[in-house]
Order: sequence, then C-alpha cells, then structure tokens
Amino acid sequence: MSERNGIVRIGVYVCHCGTNIAAIVDCKAVAEYAGGLYHVTVSRDYKYLCSDPGQELIRQDIRDHKLNRIVVASCSPHLHEHTFRTAAEGAGLNAFYVHMVNIREHNSWVHENREAATKKAQDMVRAAVRRVVFHQSLEKVRVPVHPDVLVVGGGIAGIHAALTLANAGKKVYLVERQPTIGGHMAMFDKTFPTLDCAACILTPKMSSVKAHPNITLWAHSDVTKVEGYVGNYKVEVARRPRYINEDLCSGCLECIEACVYKEPKFIDEFNMGLGKRKPIYIPFPQAVPQMPLIDIDTCIQFKSGKCKKTCVQACGDRHAIDFSQKEEIRNIEVGTIIMATGFKAFDARRTPYYGYGTYPNVYTSLEVERLVNASGPTAGDVVLRDGRKPKTVGIIHCVGSRDEGTNRWCSRVCCMYSLKLAHLLKEHTDAEIFNFYIDIRTPGKGFEEFYQRLLSEGVHFIRGRVAEVTDWALDPTEENKLVLRVEDTLLGTVRRIPVDMVVLSVGIEPHEDAQDVRRLFNFGCGSEGFFLERHPKLAPVSTFTDGIFVAGCCQGPKDIPDTVAQAGAAAAEALALIDTGFVEQEPNTAYVIEDECSGCKTCVPMCPYSAVYFNADTKRAGIHQVLCKGCGTCVAACPSGSIKQHLFEDDQIFEEIEGVLTYA
Amino acid sequence: MPENYEPKIVAFFCNWCTYLAADLAGTSRMKYAANTRVIRVMCSGRVDPQFVLEAFAKGADGVLIGGCHPGDCHYQEGNYKALRRYYLLKRTLREMGIEEERFRLEWISAAEGDRVRTVVNDMVQKLRALGPRKMNPAIEPELEEVAAS
Repeated sequence: MSERNGIVRIGVYVCHCGTNIAAIVDCKAVAEYAGGLYHVTVSRDYKYLCSDPGQELIRQDIRDHKLNRIVVASCSPHLHEHTFRTAAEGAGLNAFYVHMVNIREHNSWVHENREAATKKAQDMVRAAVRRVVFHQSLEKVRVPVHPDVLVVGGGIAGIHAALTLANAGKKVYLVERQPTIGGHMAMFDKTFPTLDCAACILTPKMSSVKAHPNITLWAHSDVTKVEGYVGNYKVEVARRPRYINEDLCSGCLECIEACVYKEPKFIDEFNMGLGKRKPIYIPFPQAVPQMPLIDIDTCIQFKSGKCKKTCVQACGDRHAIDFSQKEEIRNIEVGTIIMATGFKAFDARRTPYYGYGTYPNVYTSLEVERLVNASGPTAGDVVLRDGRKPKTVGIIHCVGSRDEGTNRWCSRVCCMYSLKLAHLLKEHTDAEIFNFYIDIRTPGKGFEEFYQRLLSEGVHFIRGRVAEVTDWALDPTEENKLVLRVEDTLLGTVRRIPVDMVVLSVGIEPHEDAQDVRRLFNFGCGSEGFFLERHPKLAPVSTFTDGIFVAGCCQGPKDIPDTVAQAGAAAAEALALIDTGFVEQEPNTAYVIEDECSGCKTCVPMCPYSAVYFNADTKRAGIHQVLCKGCGTCVAACPSGSIKQHLFEDDQIFEEIEGVLTYA
Repeated sequence: MPENYEPKIVAFFCNWCTYLAADLAGTSRMKYAANTRVIRVMCSGRVDPQFVLEAFAKGADGVLIGGCHPGDCHYQEGNYKALRRYYLLKRTLREMGIEEERFRLEWISAAEGDRVRTVVNDMVQKLRALGPRKMNPAIEPELEEVAAS
C-alpha cells in the first residue's frame, strides 16, 4: 500500500488535554503503543497539543523527521481539526494529511474504566494510522461570498442586526411575518430595570430601518424556499397581499377613518385582544411600514363584495387600495442569513388551574403590558374586564417555566418583568401587590438594585408556587374576589390570598413552527425547539450550517440587552464572511473514475442537488464539483465502486474498520 | 462465552447529527459503555453496505449506524437512503446467521447526547447477552472468501 503513496512517515500525537484526557486514558501507553505501529516514525504524548508549543512540536517533527502524515489523538475534530491542519500547513505539509482521533468527547469524558478507555484509544489510533496512509494531498475549494444578507424576523434582534449591517454598507433584506416590524418589544410598556419606555427606544430604530437605503424591508412576508450554501444562498420570499399598494400609499390612514364600520369591532391582535380594530387597520400608531392592511376575514368587500368601499373613496386619486392584490414571489441571492425569529409567549390555557380564559380578571403579562401602556386599549388606565379598578393584584411567576408539566427551562426575563409590572401597576392603581415566586432571579446589571427598590416600595413577596386560582369564597373577605391558594414556604403554611386581578408571568417558548423553519433553512434545533448554536460558549451565534447565524430568543430565552448584543455579534460574523470575500470549503466532494463506470445511472437519482449527471456521449456518469456537497450517498450506491469521495475514500474507511477491529 | 466478554461495536456516525450528539454526551460527561469504535462519515447515506459486511467479517460483534432524524438530514435525504439499505441489509445478515440485535440504525440528533448513551448501553447489554458472534455454518466458507479478498 505504501508504494502507491510513496514512503509513508507518520507522526502520532496523543494529547493529555491537561487532565481531561489523561485522567482516564493512559496517554503515555497509547503513544508507546502507536510508536510500534507500521509506518509510524514519531509518537509522542503532550500536555496541551493545541497550545503554541504543542503545535510547534508537530511542526518541528514534520521538518526534522520528514513526516508526511499526522495523527492527532485529542478532542473532537469539530473543535480543533482546523488548528492542527493549519499547524501542518505551517510546516509545509498539505492540511489533508492530518487526521484526528477523538479521545476526549468520545472517550475520556464518557468512560470511567481506565483500562477499557485506554484500549479504546489504542484501537482508534491504530485505525487512524492505517487510514492516513491512504490520505492524499487536496486543494481547498474557494467559493465567493455574495455580499447581501437576509435577516429573518423584524423584532429588536432583526432590526439591530439589519441596521448594523446596513450601516457597514451591506445590502440587507429584512423579512418579517407580521404586518409591522417591532416584534414583542413594540408591545412592551417600559423596559426593566431602567424603566425607559420601550416605544421611545425602539421606534426610532424601526423608522431608520424603513429609511435606510441599504435595507429592503418586506413585512407581511414569508421565506418559502432556501437553496444553496454558505456565500451563495438562493431564497424565495412570498409577500402576502396587504391589499394596499405600497408604492401608492402615502400612509395618511384616512381609509381607516372612512371604513364603513364607524367603530372598531374586531379583535385587535396587537393589543392581545383587549382592544378593537377595523377590517382595514394599522397594527399600532408607530408601525413600520406605516401603511394599513385589510383583514379579508372581516372586510365586507371580501366577504360579500357588496361594500360601499368608503375606504377607496377616501383614498381618492392615490388609488392605493387594491382588492385584487395577489401574493408576490421575490427571488433573492444572499451570502449569509441571520435568523432572528423570536419567541412565542407561553399559552396560559395550558395551566388551567390558574383560571386563564375562565376568570376574566386573570391576565397574562403581555396583556398587562398593553393595559398599562399609554397607547394601549385603555390609554394606560388599568381597569379590569368587568370595569373595576383593581385594589389588590397577585402576580404569579414561572407560569410555563421551571415546571415539569410544561417547560423545564427558566425563561430568564419573567422575574424582572414581573417586578417591573408590579412597579407599574402600583404606580397606576396604588393597588396592593403580591408576587408569588419560586426564586427571585436577578442576575443582570442593575437587576438586584431594582428588586431592592421594589421591596422598599412595599410590594409583597410570597415564596411559593401557587396551587390554584378560584373564585370560591370561603368567607366574606373573599366574596367577588379571585383567591390564590399557595403554600408560603417561608412561613411553612398554606395561605389563601384574595385579589381583584391575577397576572400570569408567562414564559418564553419557541414558535410552534420553529422546527419547520429550521428545516427550511437546514440547521439544528435543540429538543425543546430553540435553534441550536454551533457551540454554547465559543460559537454562540453560529449554527452548524455555515453562513447561517442566530440572534435573540429564537436561540433561547433572553432579555433585550442580551438580544441586542447577540444581534450585533451575528451581524459581525456575517460581516467577517462578507469582507473576507470567499469561504474555503472542505474538498470532500465525490468524483467518478470514468474508466470503471458502467453507466448504470444508479447514482443519478441519489443526489438531492442534481450534482450527478449522465453524460450521454461517453455513457458515463459525472459529478459537477461545484454542486456536490460531499454527503457520499452516491458513493455508497455505486455498484461498481467507481465513484469515490475525497477524504472519505472507500480505502480509508475500510482501513479504519479493520483498524478498530484488529486485535493487536 | 469467554469470561469478561466485551462486545466490539463499529459505529458509523454522521458528521452533523449523531457524531455531534456523541460530542455533546462527552461535553455533558454522560457515562456509557466503552465498546463502540466510532467512524465518522459525512452522512449516514455514505455507509456502503460493504462497510457493514466488512465490519462483521473482520470480527465486529455489532454495527451501529447513527443518522439525523427523518426530515432533518443535512443533505436532505441521505438518511432515507441509509434506511432503505438498512432494511435490505438486515435481511441479508439474517440469512448469514447474524442476529437482528447486532445491526442497528438509530436517528440521533445533535441535541440528543443522552440518546447516544441509552442506545450504546442498550446495544452493549443485548450483545453481551447474545455472546460472541457465531456464523451460519452453511455460509461460513463463502464469507471467509469475501473477507480474504
């Protein structure tokens, strides 16, 4: 075998990773064992191979011992393959002569028996030594990166990422599902812990998005198709009809005023159903784009076709209202994608024991945000659904969070927004406020200080998980009240607290269609449905799909400052790719040995990318190298073995199989 | 059965889901049996049936293929191709006298480190109960011929 590839001189390096590996695997024994294997010229163990001296050790050995293959037994190749390939290149060796053996994640961290773990490491190293003999020099493939960026989701994360990129001179497409950008933040009244008004800090950014020459904003639109790969994504966006021509609409909103419905009559989604809107409406006064839309489920013209169309009359010669508007498909090319699709608030109906939906005076936190908001359905006047002003309010923390029955995670923001709502409700109504909490979590700048402030404002805190909310009065003080039954774990007793209003601090959940969305874009999701980052610490905004980044609550619960920071980081990652101008791809593509191909065409339908073709002239299969993504499915399917895959050659894998199984 | 018999499992894990799940199991320090030898492939669709036969021929007690969940394949549908081959190969192996428990295909996503632990432990337990692999005597010579070539 060695004749084919010249004289093979292998260097084997076994890393201790401090004690991470060495504590379980006898690294010295593995190195000694490897030293006795065929073709191995040098074999060493070393404390930290990824360190500068560790890499230098490899480089020096390559020079001194004329090594032409390197096996590094250390951590996952996903972590340090790049490091060791670069090290080898530094000594003039082609990067693809390096192979890594994972003896940390797949060995020392998951096993307890030193003997078995060492044996396993030896098996794996032996397999690698046999494999690298068949390695070949390969060239990395460089593909250009398209400079445009797609940002999916127009909440604060998407807005911040889009503006950062646009300010750096990049062209950005911002696609938002709702008729306006702003996301959940636009619904908030004040933001914790500074109590600055959410709209005051958000709406200027929303306007800049609309006004920015580098941003193309498509609200009320969905991404329907994504193809391609890092640097070269082809995306199809469906722009749902608003029934308003955006080029002609001046945003005067006279059509809303003129609607045949004199009074708003239909449930207003933006105000969580607490307010009413007309069939032609704008979600909220500062909505961007500043343009109405028509709800075809309630508009008389759409339902019966017999409306007086007073809106059209009001619009006059602007002719912006277009009942025949159809969905428009736009196709764009972008190099990178930022996912900022946000979250869904927990549906409080899933905790029926808290009475949401049964008792009108049980509210969710988002509803209360609208209720205390000056531009909300009651203009900031806190009145209950039955018209009373609450004199006592109970705020239940962790609804749909830290709960085995619903969601196990902590939603991170509920403690703080509950404190904020307690403050605001007290300010608006001077009511007596009870917080029911499991733990108060205030890890953030100024958070603990805000909690202390609330304590001094006389808000009550009861430590205990509320069992149920009922309207059953046991004594006259409970008449016409909602009664919270709770075990006060500090007093060690069960208490009944009668209140006028109950606020459920609902947690953060992934969107219901999060799985569909990430399948569309082809990246990973955790089991709970939040988008999976490439590395929780070192690549927190990257995904396993190159060129796609995540920001905000779609990746996991977080507050506004963290969301903005993450959006900035995602934008920076995209910028780094764009400004480099190209990406280097693994040359793990498949190729056909034409002389051996019988032209049976088995491989052709295997390829989802149409990279495999049949050449009718030569009656042989061929593979477009640019289209091949390197999965190797066609390689495995070829009956004559005439398709091969760089880096995963049959020879290499057969050697690995034999290598792990040989009892030496 | 020899004393302290430890079955050897050759595991083909796809780069994007199961290999990462095994990485996650490591990062989370989940403990499982040390009987697997993982061979990384880009996609479960890359697993040539010959790899599996070769592994059995060279003495593996079990072969485990790990891929992305249906619909989640990094390469769109490589895992479906793996599934088709798996069913066909399973029949062939049965005729060779290789018990069903010895050849397994599992969908394990990058987030399911715990599943790597359960699947490996479960497989090891079943293989221990089965004992070392015995060949179907009727076809043993034929198989040896394959192994020798």
